Amino acid sequence: MSETLTMAKALNRGLRRALQADPKVLLAGEDIGKLGGVFRITEGLQAEFGENRVVDSPLAESGIIGTAVGLAMRGYRPVVEIQFDGFVFPGFSQIVTQVAKMHMRTGGHTAMPMVIRIPFGGGIGAIEHHSESPEAYFAHTPGLKVVACSNANDAYWMIQQAIQSDDPVVFLEPKRRYHVKGAVNFTARPAPMHQAQVSRYGTDATLLCYGPMVKTCLDAAAVAAEEGTSLEVVDLRTLSPLDWVTIESSARRTKRAIVVHEAPKTLGVGAEIAAKLHEDLFYVMESPVLRVAGYDMPYPPSRVEEEYLPGVDRILDAVDRSLAY
Amino acid sequence: MRGQSDDMVQLLTPDGTRVEHDEFRFDGTTEDLVGYLKDMILARRFDAEATALQRHGELGLWTPLIGQEAAQVGSAHALRPADVVFPSYREHAVAMVLGVPVTNMLSLFRGSNGGYWEKLDSFKNYQIVIGCQTLHATGYAMGLQLDGAVGNERDDDNAAVIVYHGDGAASQGDVNEAYVFAASYNAPVVFFCQNNQWAISEPIALQSRIPLYQRARGFGFPGVQVDGNDVLAVKAVTDWAMARARAGDGPAFIEAFTYRMGAHTTSDDPTKYRERADEEAWRGRDPIARLTTYLRGMGAIDDAWQDAVEAEAKEFGAAARAAIPTLEATTMERLFDTVYAEPTVALEAQRREYAEFAAALEEDA
Repeated sequence: MSETLTMAKALNRGLRRALQADPKVLLAGEDIGKLGGVFRITEGLQAEFGENRVVDSPLAESGIIGTAVGLAMRGYRPVVEIQFDGFVFPGFSQIVTQVAKMHMRTGGHTAMPMVIRIPFGGGIGAIEHHSESPEAYFAHTPGLKVVACSNANDAYWMIQQAIQSDDPVVFLEPKRRYHVKGAVNFTARPAPMHQAQVSRYGTDATLLCYGPMVKTCLDAAAVAAEEGTSLEVVDLRTLSPLDWVTIESSARRTKRAIVVHEAPKTLGVGAEIAAKLHEDLFYVMESPVLRVAGYDMPYPPSRVEEEYLPGVDRILDAVDRSLAY
Repeated sequence: MRGQSDDMVQLLTPDGTRVEHDEFRFDGTTEDLVGYLKDMILARRFDAEATALQRHGELGLWTPLIGQEAAQVGSAHALRPADVVFPSYREHAVAMVLGVPVTNMLSLFRGSNGGYWEKLDSFKNYQIVIGCQTLHATGYAMGLQLDGAVGNERDDDNAAVIVYHGDGAASQGDVNEAYVFAASYNAPVVFFCQNNQWAISEPIALQSRIPLYQRARGFGFPGVQVDGNDVLAVKAVTDWAMARARAGDGPAFIEAFTYRMGAHTTSDDPTKYRERADEEAWRGRDPIARLTTYLRGMGAIDDAWQDAVEAEAKEFGAAARAAIPTLEATTMERLFDTVYAEPTVALEAQRREYAEFAAALEEDA
């Protein structure tokens, strides 16, 4: 059974199903109740499940995450919404010093089955602090798991998988793709959450990407195909842990890889992938792993964000350099 | 004392005289008090022993509780089995009263493990990041409320949370957020603040221009200042706060006005920032001395009792010392095992890498 939905609606359906399936699941966040969240991801859920399960929180991100820690200790599965990427930082201490470490420091006694949903990335013409890509901070923190959905079907299934996980999951939602429609298959068995997927098969080079950049990379691959270049697009889906099996099997086939992300280049997810591919596939690769990323500057004012964000042309330019090596 | 309010609840004066209070009454027996005194003496002895163990290099660090025995023992005795404690890092006496093995704390400060504690369901791990635990406690209390464990007709079905923090923590954002969340959701949580006057070298005046208990009103719940060196008053006030939390009347704030007689930790040197005279003045308000005076005066204890408790305390200290070599350090294997509840392929690869390297080293040796 399949239906065409926007990613926003698919997330809403996924959350709804999780709330139905497990009475211990509860949602918390700013404006998520009557309003349904600033992006309407939780629209209608408070009316359906009540104020005890879809909880409007005071405006304090550390408070939202810190109380979710206590709720998780009590046996709940809190799913918290951070309104925008740039506002997660007041809660950063709780995430890094508490959420991530609780399981190991208690010798496995206290799990943190918590999901921290963060709309992330730019491209929507927003004011400052509303367009950030903070994934590397979280992927660098042992104890957290980090995933990013890129389409409606994944959004529907991955949010449920994240909620079922006994580990804390930072769940990144590409806000500029919230209104992109896609087919959601409600019955087909989904891929495991921590598995990358090949979104388009190709033979000449691999584009490794996630979240908002998957569509951009697919667009780039379509343009390249017209020019006779066959690009493979791998949607990483999981940033911590990374799915090295899928990443390396694609790199082995195409022997050329380009990582694409909106986040600043230095010490980002791309740096980790490039390092690992060099460690493992030094004699296989035909050219150095390249990175197409945001520049190492604070996210720019929106009038110039298109110049900052990786687009089809910058990606194809990197492909040319990789092929010419 | 600066910061001490005229409203401070006191039932036993520093010289050991029993006084009454309009609102708060101690409803325990003399036997209870004798028990509290013994708890305080054992806690002080254990604390001295642990401090010595740090000096001998057996512990990496210790956080002495000396001076705060009444605040901790009195509040701990107000708890029931279903209640849950979120400590900071100095609540050794609370732990002892609740039957948490002292080896838990010794292991943490020895660096043997990060907190594989016994009784974690009722007494949570120590918290090192100042104030973080207040939010966990509030969230847990919200969970109690959702579970229907608050405000039931049968009082035995009710539970509440107590969270310990200090005067320094009162400046933290997390702690203030915890007050907001607790008030907004009417969560069954008691904030037990041990105002020991010092946050390492910083005096209370730097954290607050008004007595801390007065802040509670601004957040929308009652605050009470209690003589933190008076175990009767602490017990009475904590009884009241826990009872109203369990009954569904929401959070309360207790400022236990006390003094950190020792250093912040064994790495600290209070002579650099505070006056001897200040310490001496507080020595005159010692929690153990005043209860001893009171109980001796009424004939509830005598030399024989004191000798027996001293002997028991000595034995308890010796047992703590003897336990040190038995504290097992965790292993890399166990750490790899517990980073996640659900293992990852990527971390498994690092575990193999570690194991192969360790095995090769062993072979070389």
